[in-house]
Amino acid sequence: MKTNDVMLQTVTKVVTFIILMFAVHIFFAGHYTPGGGFVGGLLTASAIVLLMLAFGIQTVKKIVPVNYVVMTSVGLLLAIATAAASILFDVPFFTHAYDYFDLPLFGETSLHSAMLFDAGVYLVVVGVTMTIIQTIGEDE
Amino acid sequence: MSNLLLFPIIIPLIIAAALMLFPNKIKMQRLIALLGALLTLISSVFLLFKVYNDGIQVVTLGSWPAPFGISMVSDLFSSLLVVTTSLIVLFVVLYSFPTIGIKREQSFYYPAVLFLMTGVNGAFTTGDIFNLFVFVEVLLMASYTLIVHGGERQQLRESIKYLLVNIISSALFVAAVAFLYSVTGTLNMADLAVKIPQIENTGILTVIAVLFLVVFGFKAAIFPLYFWLPASYHAPPMPILALFGALLTKVGVYAIMRTYTLFFTMNTGFTHELLAIIAILTILAGCVGALAYFDVKKIIIYNIIIAVGVILFGVSQLNEAGVQGSILYLIHDMMIKAALFFLVGIVAVIFGTSNLRKMGGLMKTYPVLGWTYLVAAFGLAGIPPLSGFPGKLLIVQGGFEGPQFWGSIVILATSLIVLLSAVRIFIYAFWGEPVETKPLKKPAYNAMLFPSMILVAVTVFFGVGAELFMPFVSGAAEVLLNPSLYIEAVFKE
Repeated sequence: MKTNDVMLQTVTKVVTFIILMFAVHIFFAGHYTPGGGFVGGLLTASAIVLLMLAFGIQTVKKIVPVNYVVMTSVGLLLAIATAAASILFDVPFFTHAYDYFDLPLFGETSLHSAMLFDAGVYLVVVGVTMTIIQTIGEDE
Repeated sequence: MSNLLLFPIIIPLIIAAALMLFPNKIKMQRLIALLGALLTLISSVFLLFKVYNDGIQVVTLGSWPAPFGISMVSDLFSSLLVVTTSLIVLFVVLYSFPTIGIKREQSFYYPAVLFLMTGVNGAFTTGDIFNLFVFVEVLLMASYTLIVHGGERQQLRESIKYLLVNIISSALFVAAVAFLYSVTGTLNMADLAVKIPQIENTGILTVIAVLFLVVFGFKAAIFPLYFWLPASYHAPPMPILALFGALLTKVGVYAIMRTYTLFFTMNTGFTHELLAIIAILTILAGCVGALAYFDVKKIIIYNIIIAVGVILFGVSQLNEAGVQGSILYLIHDMMIKAALFFLVGIVAVIFGTSNLRKMGGLMKTYPVLGWTYLVAAFGLAGIPPLSGFPGKLLIVQGGFEGPQFWGSIVILATSLIVLLSAVRIFIYAFWGEPVETKPLKKPAYNAMLFPSMILVAVTVFFGVGAELFMPFVSGAAEVLLNPSLYIEAVFKE
């Protein structure tokens, strides 16, 4: 049976992008204010889940052809590698480095190595959440 | 290098994450997992000698000053346990090749083992009680994967109980940590050891100490809280059982040993006497189980519970002999349990069942297996000069010097029961009329026997050469008995 979900699909097409933009905002806000890779990852995952609800798992697999287990693994490696870079400089593990840079368009911006770690967290969260949801969703 | 003590935690973590990239290439999985376990072992041995020569190693993560950042502390006790853990994981990986099966190997078996190793090594190394909770969760997550790995009927049923018990005990753990924080205002173990003696109201701290005993008691399987262990451990296949039996309960035992020597020492008349009584009850309950069952797995599983009681009794005496004995016995027990599970695993494969009544007459066809098992069984019971003897001797001595001399008498008497339960497997499986056995290919048999024999040889060496290890053990006991050494090491940075 196919239900009529024109409304859901139309709204999803707009809302998904809003959620994704918000996820990016939250991700970058995370260093000095609440937010970060974990919440950003959850928001991204929720956008993909919304797409799945509106268009079905198979369609979404076609438009986002990502192996989420690999994504989790890459995220983990990125996070550990960032933290482990401190070993090379012989400072305690997890010590982060930061400095201020003058970037075009953004003006003076502070860049942190912690951001790379957070990007790893982001990938792990999206990967794990989507693996769980796909596994449960495909069971029926 | 200040970060050396983190290597036994980081190496398995990186290897496990990398192994997730190609689950289907079994040869690569095996090779890299073995390499990871070997590298971890090498780094942990290196760490042990570094700690032995240069004193306690401390690193506080993220360059924060000590009570605020998370301290990772490696003293002789923790680095000895990390070495033992790495050794056991190496052998479990070797033993898994012929036994675990291709289906399981393809679905993230080796990453789960290495994640478990990360959690166990981390729990042994951390110097922060909330971080201890985090590492315990890491190893529990990996153990959830492993206990249900393969999805057999019995595994699914038992994993629900296992999950439920551990989630409840983890919730209690967080609650206990919160109570402790609200009373002391810190979670750094060294800082706790400074602050707790200054608090005059010891009543509330005694309650928290008992609450922690309950939390760690769930993990360590002490007397009334061991109910989940025999059935849950019976479910997964043998290499996973060996891994669990050798490592998981020991994390709980380690946590009790650490907290009850470092900072919960404000009311030893109550807390440590309670610990001693519970330890003795644990031994008795384990003995009943070990004699009651005719299942080789169950007999060894109940022997885990007995050993937990013996180790904790030594700690509860809080004197030099008792604590040294506990450390020796803990290391011995981790290795001998893995070895025994390996050996009864081979026996179970040969007969196609773990029921002792359906076994017999292996001595003619598999003599090497028989003698290796007998050595391991004698080691378990503590017959001199094998590895159980020096630890048990010191624990008994500690008991006679301490307040609970009757406990030592119980331990001596129950040693006979331990011997009986282990030798019963030998009598039923290796003597008597030969029973029809399952065909077992020679290379597969050798691949199973090889790691088991080496591990038994290591335990024999540990027992005969106990004098060689005594400087390490007495150094470890010294830190446990003098918390000031631990505190100074953490705060000197």
